[in-house]
Amino acid sequence: MTLLRHLIAAVVVAAIVAALSYRVGAYRDYQIAEVSAYVTAVAGLTVLIGLSGQISIGNGAFMAIGGYATALLLLHQHWPLAAVIAASTAAAAAAGGLVGVAAARLRGPYLAGATLLLAVAIPVSIADHWAGLFGGDQGLTVSVSTPAALAAEPTRYYAWLTTGVALISLVLLANLGRSRVGRSWRALRDDEVAAALSGLNVARLQVLAFVVSAASGGAGGALLAVVTGIASPGAYTLTLSVGLLVAAVVGGLGSLAGAVWGSLLYVFVPTYLSNVAASHGLNSGASSNIPIAVYGLVLVVVMLAFPSGIQGALRRLFGSVAPSAAVPLSSLRSLRRRRPASPHQPASPHQEESTL
Amino acid sequence: MQEFVEFTLLGVSSGLVYAAIALSLVLIWRGTRVLNFAQGAMAMLTTYVALEVINGTGSYWLGFVVALAAGLVLGAVLERGVVRPVMAKPPMNAVIVTIGLLILIEGIAGIIFGAQYRSFPAAYSVSGIKVGSFSLGISPDDVFVAAAVLAAAAVLWLIFQYTALGLRMRATAFNPGVARLLGVRVGRVLTVGWALAGLFGALAGVLVSPTTFVYPNSMDAIFVLGFTAAVIGGLDSPLGAVIGGLILGIALSYVGGYLSSDLVNLFGLAVLVLVLMLRPSGLLSRAAARRV
Amino acid sequence: MNRPRKAAWATLAGVTAAALAVAGCSSSSSPSSTSTSTSTSTSSALTASAPGITPTTITIGSHQPLTGVAAPGYDEIAPASNAYFQYVNAHGGVYGRKIVYKYLNDQYDPTLTSTVVRQLVLQDSVYAIFDGLGTPTHLAVAPFLNQNKVPDVFVASGCECWNSPSTWPDTFGWQIDYVREGKILGQFIEQHFKGMKVGFFYQDDEFGKDGVKGLSYEIPKSQIVAQESYSTSNTNVGPQVAALKAAGAQVVAAFSVPAFTALLRLEELGLNYNPTMVISSVGTDPTTLGGLMQAFAKQAHAKIPAANTLIQGIYTDGYLPSLGETSNSWIALFKMIHDTYIPKLPFDGNVLYGEAVAYTFVQAMLKAGRNPTRQDLVTAINGGLPQGPAVAPYIYSATNHNGMQGAYMAQIKNGLVTPIGPVEVTDTSATGPVTTFTGSQPAAPASGIPSP
Repeated sequence: MTLLRHLIAAVVVAAIVAALSYRVGAYRDYQIAEVSAYVTAVAGLTVLIGLSGQISIGNGAFMAIGGYATALLLLHQHWPLAAVIAASTAAAAAAGGLVGVAAARLRGPYLAGATLLLAVAIPVSIADHWAGLFGGDQGLTVSVSTPAALAAEPTRYYAWLTTGVALISLVLLANLGRSRVGRSWRALRDDEVAAALSGLNVARLQVLAFVVSAASGGAGGALLAVVTGIASPGAYTLTLSVGLLVAAVVGGLGSLAGAVWGSLLYVFVPTYLSNVAASHGLNSGASSNIPIAVYGLVLVVVMLAFPSGIQGALRRLFGSVAPSAAVPLSSLRSLRRRRPASPHQPASPHQEESTL
Repeated sequence: MQEFVEFTLLGVSSGLVYAAIALSLVLIWRGTRVLNFAQGAMAMLTTYVALEVINGTGSYWLGFVVALAAGLVLGAVLERGVVRPVMAKPPMNAVIVTIGLLILIEGIAGIIFGAQYRSFPAAYSVSGIKVGSFSLGISPDDVFVAAAVLAAAAVLWLIFQYTALGLRMRATAFNPGVARLLGVRVGRVLTVGWALAGLFGALAGVLVSPTTFVYPNSMDAIFVLGFTAAVIGGLDSPLGAVIGGLILGIALSYVGGYLSSDLVNLFGLAVLVLVLMLRPSGLLSRAAARRV
Repeated sequence: MNRPRKAAWATLAGVTAAALAVAGCSSSSSPSSTSTSTSTSTSSALTASAPGITPTTITIGSHQPLTGVAAPGYDEIAPASNAYFQYVNAHGGVYGRKIVYKYLNDQYDPTLTSTVVRQLVLQDSVYAIFDGLGTPTHLAVAPFLNQNKVPDVFVASGCECWNSPSTWPDTFGWQIDYVREGKILGQFIEQHFKGMKVGFFYQDDEFGKDGVKGLSYEIPKSQIVAQESYSTSNTNVGPQVAALKAAGAQVVAAFSVPAFTALLRLEELGLNYNPTMVISSVGTDPTTLGGLMQAFAKQAHAKIPAANTLIQGIYTDGYLPSLGETSNSWIALFKMIHDTYIPKLPFDGNVLYGEAVAYTFVQAMLKAGRNPTRQDLVTAINGGLPQGPAVAPYIYSATNHNGMQGAYMAQIKNGLVTPIGPVEVTDTSATGPVTTFTGSQPAAPASGIPSP
């Protein structure tokens, strides 16, 4: 039943996006394609942080692996695009497994630090080593031929392609979230010791969460490489990993719809601010920083005003939660509000410290 | 032999700069359990302030002191204004708020000061010190950098150990609920914590800026390394921050010197992973993970 | 996800609302179709002959690093080009049309470059992309531009890759490429420092690697004792300089950006090491270098000589007239424009670059005709351009999309780049000779605007 409901929702959204892609211009199609690529990556990250309680500031590295794998396969092999994307996803998933195993004992800020450094080290290493294979600083060009039917509108093709892959991954992640694995992740997130006592294999679940988030990061990276036409170190800097994190949290942590809001914010808001500044003649020198500063301010204000992210705010807007439904995240937290801070154990992102 | 001495001493000096950033992060983490991503940007802003004072008055030391004071003020203001409201919320929110602050501060710096590289004076000569004909590879300024960070860390230790404020800070870090019950004004202590963190960040900024030049993104790389040092040493331990910084600085100096400069980031990751494999909460953390 | 029904509808409503908002935000104009060529009416009528061209305006776009780590220095180039365009607009424009220069910030991130260039081409329908800055960034968009037959003129990068007329017929370089520059510097070293030990200090990307390639074509292998690269992400270059010193390099040939040239110099001071320096023009703008070192010079405690002394004697090259040659008509022209339109920016190498490349664009547009199509601009450049402010003639042709072919050797004296030799021209091959150019540079037009 769950699967059917998710599939129906996916088909409906696909239809909406397809219809939209005919109405809007080529540039908006391109932006839709970008959004879908990021949704794929952010969805996995929001599952990792929101469901399994592990923080990662390094998912840009998985996008890099997906992007480069796609570029290399398209350059050296003649596989169909679907196979290329699948293989890139698998490559990133494998890397995610490695990272998950290495990071299995890390919690909270220590995991954050390790993944942060991963995000910094991977693109730089790609740039500097094996330049013959990876193209060094210049990266590798990715060219995907548009099917004949859409040859005149390549960006519409990208929009369809990326939205299709994004919806597939959203359906898979949604099902995963409602399955036993998803429930086990939530148990793990809320109280690791209790979960272990209940017989859950903590390490395996954590590694699985990393694999899943890395896989979706890899798929997102593959899509982004196809859409932008390049895989180069400059595209996968720490800024990207931080951007994914921002999108996941501001959109609404743990929520797949939140991944969509966050990606929309990430793609549209900075360029919108930039264009507003340019139209007022403020786009040279110092004033080109104005959109940057405003974006930072927007993040601060949104987080202060909407602590549960955009999805949380929307939920509140459309009425309170029916009591018979499964308990959502926010009310769970309120039950734990009075728990004192554990003095030495580094807190996992979802353990609430006592309010001060 | 000369190379070894040069690399070691250079590593100590740069490592202590990472330690200063690490100390700020530790101070904030201990008190408020927040990862302050904006720490580097705050340091950059106070360095710009110092630069304006130095260029306006011609006095380096006045600029130095103003930078530290600005760091205190900036830390306190941010804690009370922006961080306090978000601390009652899920922890990830605070992370995003500090990231937003990072972007905002870098944007503001770009608006006010522009993107050009600005030159920042060193406190002392940057010509190398020679013992006879043996070049030590460091300069009087490098010695000052190391001494300044060590002195500041020592003063911090003295505050922690021997003053009432330090006792209150330690109590709040240990157990805020009980501390409050015992009459500690926890809110105020947290503000002081952030102010001190701002001071250490400002210190790192003015010490390192002669060689990084001042521009809106100048502290980004140093922040990453400072964060790494803090994690290596254990986020709950100020001493760990200093030791983590030294280990990282020296290790990366050897890598850059004997191997190649483009391996530095990779080796930083390797050092971090190595330490965390052995001690998942950093070198000097007192936490024993509760294994089941 | 566990989701009560209400929230599910909320989400769906949100999705639809967002979709409608996106549709509403999109510009109502689709990219304007290329109209057929001019009507048979009088030849002086101006028409909308191509996307981005109206009877009164020419709109061009660019991607530039206005913020971020690549911004220092480079963020002056687009405003400087815009200053020259404003001057032209104020004096009759190009066949009466005003140039509208829309440059967007890509923060030196190739993903953003892809986005802003698509906005410029697909939404804003610019006529051409002008002076796109950066090699990794521009590589992200060169295929797209060529697929869509958008003129991609005068890329701000010295990569050899822009010279690919068969695969990228619409892309043109402008500045002298790094291999040529390396050969010219290398020949200078080979001639004037015979037998001395040479070390390389270079940025670990194609800028540095291409430069080293050129240097190695000219300097005998036996002379090269060390090759040290640096990464822009790591400002500690102490180990590299120590290695150069340990190898005994008496001459250091560097392909480094100004920040790292300054760091190199400071590190040498720290190690009491004083080799002869031969550095690419990219890294030796004295205004920038002086600014970077100024704090060390003013510093009371430091026993360091003034900034000018710190950079005195550095050998470099130049492919535009030197800023110090105030009697040069081009420098006078560009300084006048700078003082009028962008007085707050320093008059340094970046501003000179921006104005000079803008002048070249106007030359090309004038050659393209009164009502040019996009192909007209490409054809115009393929037919060659007059020399303009470059020190040697451009070598644009249907088979060569590199612009400049030569540079002169110079030395920094008293804070100014002072030419010390004739203009040398060469090619990018390993064996092509470096020969002296015997012609002279034409003077700048009195009006400051190229003649059609």
